[in-house]
Amino acid sequence: MMNFGSKASKLEVVGDKVADLNVTVDGTIMRTKDVGVRYNETYKALRDVSLNFDRGQVTALIGPSGCGKSTYLRCLNLMNREIPHCHIDGEIYFHGKQINFKDVNVYDLRTQVGMVFQTPNPFRKSIYDNIAFGLKKHGIKDKAYIDETVERSLKQAALWDEVKDKLKKSAYALSGGQRQRLCIARTLSLNPEIVLMDEPCSALDPIATRAIERTILSIASRGIAVIIVTHNIEQARRVSDKTAYFYLGEMVETGDTSKIFTNPDDQRTADYLDGRFG
Amino acid sequence: MPSNLSERAIKAKRQDKTATVIISVIVGFIILLLAAIIIYILAKGIGKAVDPSFLTSNPQQFKEGGGIGPELFNSFYLLVITLIISFPLSLGAAIFLAEYAPANAVTSGIKTAIEVLSSLPSIVVGLFAFLLFVIQMGWGFSIASGALALTVFNIPLLVRTIQQALESVPAHQRDAGLAMGLTRWETTIHIILPTAMPAIVTGLILSAGRVFGEAAALIYSAGQSAPALDFTNFDLSSASCPWNIWRPAETLAVHIWKINSEGVVPDLEAVSDGTAAVLIICVLAFNLLARFLGKRLGKKLTAE
Repeated sequence: MMNFGSKASKLEVVGDKVADLNVTVDGTIMRTKDVGVRYNETYKALRDVSLNFDRGQVTALIGPSGCGKSTYLRCLNLMNREIPHCHIDGEIYFHGKQINFKDVNVYDLRTQVGMVFQTPNPFRKSIYDNIAFGLKKHGIKDKAYIDETVERSLKQAALWDEVKDKLKKSAYALSGGQRQRLCIARTLSLNPEIVLMDEPCSALDPIATRAIERTILSIASRGIAVIIVTHNIEQARRVSDKTAYFYLGEMVETGDTSKIFTNPDDQRTADYLDGRFG
Repeated sequence: MPSNLSERAIKAKRQDKTATVIISVIVGFIILLLAAIIIYILAKGIGKAVDPSFLTSNPQQFKEGGGIGPELFNSFYLLVITLIISFPLSLGAAIFLAEYAPANAVTSGIKTAIEVLSSLPSIVVGLFAFLLFVIQMGWGFSIASGALALTVFNIPLLVRTIQQALESVPAHQRDAGLAMGLTRWETTIHIILPTAMPAIVTGLILSAGRVFGEAAALIYSAGQSAPALDFTNFDLSSASCPWNIWRPAETLAVHIWKINSEGVVPDLEAVSDGTAAVLIICVLAFNLLARFLGKRLGKKLTAE
């Protein structure tokens, strides 16, 4: 079923240490069962989505606007709970444990399930502090460790060489693509096991998009599960191992990306991929 | 119909030009008016305003040559006390309204109350303070009564500016904090607040300018007399101790009102003009300071 780092061969630029990282972790890290989202108790934005996510794999969530793919993504780190009157139904298992209950520690969960947003949203701080800040807030005081982590995360996000001489400069002095990679680095600094990405390239130009895609593949090759929502079908094809197609608040079809793109089971999936709507 | 189109384009262009001219004239008129007032006040009072003895000596009741030393100090002291009380309260209220308040009837009730409070005439605030603090609480005409009157006057303004500053921070900054596993409180304190801080400081200083020039709310609360101050006196119960918050404290704005309404000194016009000039210079300084500090702080907090 799961083949770790299956996309490593696609890596054009290999980040540092990728080669000698022999992670042997395997299998499902997160799984959802009948997950749905309600607003104001009545309006159902999402119904009964059951999916599995494996370590080291990239899963693309695709579908037309308003199909519920981003809503689903925001269930996985319980970010929907921050929206007033938004309620998550169903079961979400992380490391085999159900996390969709009232008093779950969302703060720890979110360090392990990181998230990158559509708009690059670095903090209005220096590049260094964008990464160091989260570490400090999570109780890390060791300066050497923080320095080391800043460097490691920036390298993993393929940004280090571009920013190593201006770490004290504002994150907003960076280009859009660099900002997004900084956000990825910020997420990676907390050593997440899953990285959620909500259309991370939609605000970026093609070159910056490619850089992010390479970063995605490199992250996955470290054993991290990457779940990416994208409007860009080609992007899903380029980066993902598995694809799930969402339509009208339902997950219509899921499977290996190659299968979904060449021989989908559902007519709606085929129509969408053919560009007949959406 | 191309001819029609070009006719429309010409018309639109003409309208655009006319509107620009009208708006420019209106703006020019407003600027001219403001400049005229400021220049008039400064021209009449600058002679006194730059005279060190006028700025430091005590006012006179009957003779000419009185100064505004105590009033100048009182104005600043009252301002500082007011801000010490009103800033934390306003900050807390604004954080609640911007970050925590659920969208329900209670919240909109609070918001309406703040709006109403901000449109309350300041003389009404002053009389309220007179009844409650001066009479009911028995604090008499004092800095304490005056500072609380100004707090009532200042809180709605501050709450609104701080709330706007917090709400102008993009939602994605909040998301970023929460998605990093920070609590809502940590996100507010460490991400939202620093980002909004330049605007908050600017709002704070601008409100300080308004408080500094306020007269009506103080006439019946901080009082209309300025006991001579002795800066070597640290007996907090003595009327001449500058830091005593239970003493009456006439401010610059109240001083202007008082000498013009019931002053008998022969040089009252000169004193009044000089005081007005000092007041307006202080308020201008607040405004410049607000811009400067806002920019400085913005640079510092955001590393930009």
